Amino acid sequence: MESGFSSPRRDAFPAGLRVLVVDDDPTWLRILEKMLKKCSYEDAAYQQGSAELVDGWVSYCLGFEPGRVYKKGFVGRGKTHFVTTCGLAREALNLLRERKDGYDIVISDVNMPDMDGFKLLEHVGLEMDLPVIMMSVDGETSRVMKGVQHGACDYLLKPIRMKELRNIWQHVFRKRIHEAREFESHEGLEGIHLLRSGTDQSDEGIFFAVEDMTCMKKRKDVDGKHDDREFGDPSSTKKARVVWSVDLHQKFVKAVNQIGFDKVGPKKILDLMNVPWLTRENVASHLQKYRLYLSRLQKENEQKSTSSGSKLSEFPPKDSQATFGFQNSAIKQQNDVAVDSLPLPLPLPSHDNAEAKSHECDLKGMVSDSTTEKRRALSSRSIPDTKIRTSLALPLESEGGSHAVFDCTIPATTQYKTWSEPPELKLKKERTPSSSSSSLPVHVAPPPPQRVMASTGESPETTSSKNLAMKTQGFNVSLISDMDFYHKNILLGSEVACAPLDEDLHFYWLQGECCNMNLGLQNIEMPEYYDPLYDSSDYSIVDQGLFIA
Amino acid sequence: MASRRQIASMKQSLFDQGYLDEQFIQLEELQDDANPNFVEEIVTLYYRDSSRLISSMDQALERHPLEFNRLDTIMHQFKGSSSSIGAKKVKAECTLFREYCRAGNAEGCKRSFQQLKREYATLRKKLEAYFQLARQAGPHETACRPK
Repeated sequence: MESGFSSPRRDAFPAGLRVLVVDDDPTWLRILEKMLKKCSYEDAAYQQGSAELVDGWVSYCLGFEPGRVYKKGFVGRGKTHFVTTCGLAREALNLLRERKDGYDIVISDVNMPDMDGFKLLEHVGLEMDLPVIMMSVDGETSRVMKGVQHGACDYLLKPIRMKELRNIWQHVFRKRIHEAREFESHEGLEGIHLLRSGTDQSDEGIFFAVEDMTCMKKRKDVDGKHDDREFGDPSSTKKARVVWSVDLHQKFVKAVNQIGFDKVGPKKILDLMNVPWLTRENVASHLQKYRLYLSRLQKENEQKSTSSGSKLSEFPPKDSQATFGFQNSAIKQQNDVAVDSLPLPLPLPSHDNAEAKSHECDLKGMVSDSTTEKRRALSSRSIPDTKIRTSLALPLESEGGSHAVFDCTIPATTQYKTWSEPPELKLKKERTPSSSSSSLPVHVAPPPPQRVMASTGESPETTSSKNLAMKTQGFNVSLISDMDFYHKNILLGSEVACAPLDEDLHFYWLQGECCNMNLGLQNIEMPEYYDPLYDSSDYSIVDQGLFIA
Repeated sequence: MASRRQIASMKQSLFDQGYLDEQFIQLEELQDDANPNFVEEIVTLYYRDSSRLISSMDQALERHPLEFNRLDTIMHQFKGSSSSIGAKKVKAECTLFREYCRAGNAEGCKRSFQQLKREYATLRKKLEAYFQLARQAGPHETACRPK
């Protein structure tokens, strides 16, 4: 991946990177600033006013108060300073909102007194669409996973080394490449989307292994094109990136509400929003973030309710976070597939895809049906441990004629009535109901690294996988809205008068999530988590919904 | 006038005795003409900021019963901060403290915190002496790596 990637502007580009560092620890703030400067991110600033900067440092060091914002200056008015530090997450967010185009990348501590770093991360992802690097002295897997789930592009452990910062520009660069590529794919150039889905959400080296020489060439072209307009001058970088202003976001939300959650799709939203320069891809990517955001909100509510939900004590919040995180990131990947129309579902995501697809069909039935349908399901949760075996064989257009075969056995827990009906998929695939293994094996025969697919033109696979993925997205939404609807119904209809409405609602969600975990990752028996107040059938709806959403 | 050898051996002993780790060398490598006293600046900043954490920890440890979550949060911050100057022994004590915290061991927490404060103060004295010596020798002396 190196050859076509980095060379053109290694010297020029990173020097102008505008970094916002957020940490409540003034010592680290100072060290990081110095390191970033040394990484030449502030070279230009040195040339234009180093004496002033040095003075600024001295006073800064003497007068640090936690919570004060230390602005080192911004691009504009003839002065170019590039590293901004901030001791408070809320202030950082304000800074970012004030100048949506003022930064290229954010480095944030995880633990801050005024706002969880993860929350900041989420806001930045949703509102500014900037790459965020998290840092912490703790490297617990669950924490890192949480960071990735919230959209962090990297997670650095303190003490942070200079060499780790030296390459952070790659996150900015990568993002721009993807944006450029989205832009180009809009004009009919398909087929070089592998990198995006691989690098953003996963460390799997395999994504790079399937790169193709024509892709390389192409990327180089992309590089060349953006050399001038993208990176040379920071003010002209916004060609492909959409800044979601409050207004624009409001329009978006309005459109979503108007269409209704169950019918929402990027195209419809785009039509309703009526913003000429916006592309379907822009909307799709924002919609995807918006969904993640909503699911985060739900989860926060659930967490609040753990204190009130005595029945849930079996679930240590930490565990549920971890597993939930895993799913979410997996799902994000899947959504990415949708956005990018990735021609070939690659190992990890494809496994999720396969699962999700079979869900999708079930859900289709369930969602489109009325409440009574779901109520009815209550009495009929009695499938004897059916296992649906799904195998996907996607022939690739490659010289070697190599195949990627995804084998996926999904154990259906007894509660899921609808699972007994074989899902209908649009992809070429064979389904054999069997009851062999209870795990989820994914067998992947990775194609030879040299050549994988034709890089132009949409293959049939491309189209179908795109369709499928888009469909799944559609269902996410419908499920969310559906569940929302159910909440209300259930709450109104049930006789729980003792607890405040809010708590009940959260409580309900948590239950859903628990079930969801059982389904996706663990093999714990479900019934013990059922709340007798609610219909179990409703849970099956909820948890499947969460599985995707 | 302190000799270079004196300074070098003083620094080396801080590493040998386990007070400092390689992060300290990182800081020295960051020192340049723009910030000739960078290491000292950072250490000063560290001691100023962490004293705040020490006193909140003192207060938190007087509560009954102990709020272990709060203790852990403060100590997490303290540990992160201590990692910035490479305060190896202090950091190790932080880790121990957090283990006691997770185990709900109030006695262990208190004992560990007392030990932490001792290490914290000892390191401060040693670093102060070191910087004083280094200042006498001239501005560039501190930029040498220990052998």
